[in-house]
Amino acid sequence: MPSDTPPPVRVSLELRNVSKYYGDLAALVGAQLRVGPGDAILLYGPNGAGKTTLLRLLATVARPSEGEVLFHGKNVRQHAAAAKAAIGFVSHSTFLYGDLTVRENLEFSGTLFGLPEAEKQIAAALEFFALQDRAHTPVRKLSRGLQQRVSLARALLHEPKFLVLDEPFTGLDAATVATLETLMRQLPDQGRTVVFSTHDFARGAALARRLVRLEAGRIRYDGPVEGRSQDSGVRGPDYTKALILNPES
Amino acid sequence: MRSLKIIFAVLGKDLRLEWRNRETLASVCVFGILVVFLFNFAFEPGREESLRLLPGLLWIAFAFAGVLCFNRSFALERENACLEGMALAPVDPGLVYLGKMLANLIFLGIAEGVIVFAASLWYNFSFVPSLKWFALITFLCTVGYVAVGTTFGAVAANLHMREVLLPVLQFPVALPIFIAGIEASTGALKGDPPSSYTSWIKLAAGIAVIFIVLSYLLFEYVLEE
Repeated sequence: MPSDTPPPVRVSLELRNVSKYYGDLAALVGAQLRVGPGDAILLYGPNGAGKTTLLRLLATVARPSEGEVLFHGKNVRQHAAAAKAAIGFVSHSTFLYGDLTVRENLEFSGTLFGLPEAEKQIAAALEFFALQDRAHTPVRKLSRGLQQRVSLARALLHEPKFLVLDEPFTGLDAATVATLETLMRQLPDQGRTVVFSTHDFARGAALARRLVRLEAGRIRYDGPVEGRSQDSGVRGPDYTKALILNPES
Repeated sequence: MRSLKIIFAVLGKDLRLEWRNRETLASVCVFGILVVFLFNFAFEPGREESLRLLPGLLWIAFAFAGVLCFNRSFALERENACLEGMALAPVDPGLVYLGKMLANLIFLGIAEGVIVFAASLWYNFSFVPSLKWFALITFLCTVGYVAVGTTFGAVAANLHMREVLLPVLQFPVALPIFIAGIEASTGALKGDPPSSYTSWIKLAAGIAVIFIVLSYLLFEYVLEE
C-alpha cells in the first residue's frame, strides 16, 4: 500500500488495482499508479520487486492478470492504437533486427508508427544519439552500448508522450548517459512523462520528481522523491559486512 | 492504404533479412531436395510407381520444409524480442500476421518450386501436362498451410522445445490441407478430369480462407506474452 498519498495529477495512464501472475509467482499485486503529464517517476526496488513487470504493463506489452490499465480513463485494450502511439518503451531487449542496419531498423519502426516526416525524424534521432556514422552499420556489429543508443532512438522516434525506460543507462558511455539525463530532465518540462527504473538510486533520484518504491510485487511508497533516501529494503553495506565476517548469517 | 504499407513493411523486412543471410531458403531447399533424393533411392520407382508415390512424397517434403521455414521465420523475431517490438506499435496485429504470412508463402513457394523441379529430374516425371491444375492445387494448399504455420510458428516462438512443439501443434490442424493436397494432386498428376478433384480444390480454398481469417483475428493474442 502506498505510504503517502500521491499528489493529484491529471490522469493519463493509470494502473487500477493491477496484479500480474506468472504461474504461481505473483510478480505484481494490487498496484495502483497514476501517471500524468510532466511526471518523472523513478521505480526503485530490489531485484524481483516487480519493476519490469510494472513497466511492461504501462507499456501495454503485458496484460494484467487482474485489474485494469487505463489510458485517458479508458481501458487500454479498447484504445490500444492511441495508447501505443503515445508510449515509447526501452526494455532489456533492444527490439532491433541484428541483420538490418541502424537506419533500416529506424525506418521500419517509423513505418509501423506511421510517422508523417519519417526521414526528418530519423535524421534527428541519429544526430541526437550521435549515430550518423553508424547509420549504415548492421546492428549486430555494434557494441551493447551502441545498440542501447539505437534502442533509445527507436523508442523516441515517434516523440511519445510517455517514455517508459527499463534500466536505460545499461551499457551507455558517459557522454550518452549525460545526453539521456538531459533529455529525461527536459521531457517533463514539455509536458511529457518519463517512467524509469534504475539500480543507481542517486542518479535516478536526481532525475525524478516522484519515487515509487516496490518490494515483493507491492508498491510500498509513492510520493515525492525529495528527502527520500535509499530506503529500498535492499540489504545495504552493513549486511554485506556481516556476511563477510560471518558467512553463515 | 496504411494497412497495405504495414503489410509490405513487414514483408519487405523479412525479404531483406533473408537476402542478407539466406539461411531460410538454403536450409529449406536442401532439406526438400534430400527428401526427394532419398525416397528415389529407397523405392527406385518406375513411371507407374512414381505416379502413385509422388503426391504423398511431395507433400511430405512440403510439410517438413514448412516446419523449417516457420521456425526460422520466428527465430529472427525472437532475437532481441523483435516480435514484442512490433506489438508496441499502433498497428493491427493482424497486419503483422499478413506480412509474415506473405513472406513465408514466398519462401515456401520458392522451396516447393525447387522440390518439384528436383522430383521431375530424379523421377523422370514431367509435370508439364498437368502443371496448371497442379500449380493451382499446390498454391491453395500452401496458402492454407502457411496460414496455419505462421500462427503456430508465432505461438511456439517463445516456448521451450519449440522445434519439437511446432510440428506437434500444427500438423493436426493442417491435416485437412495435406489430405486435400494429396488427393487433388494425385488426380491432377494422373491426368484425371478436373471435375473428379475440384471438390478437394474447393475444400483446400475454403480451409485456406478460414485459417487466414481466424489467424488474422487471433494474432493479437499470439503477440502478447
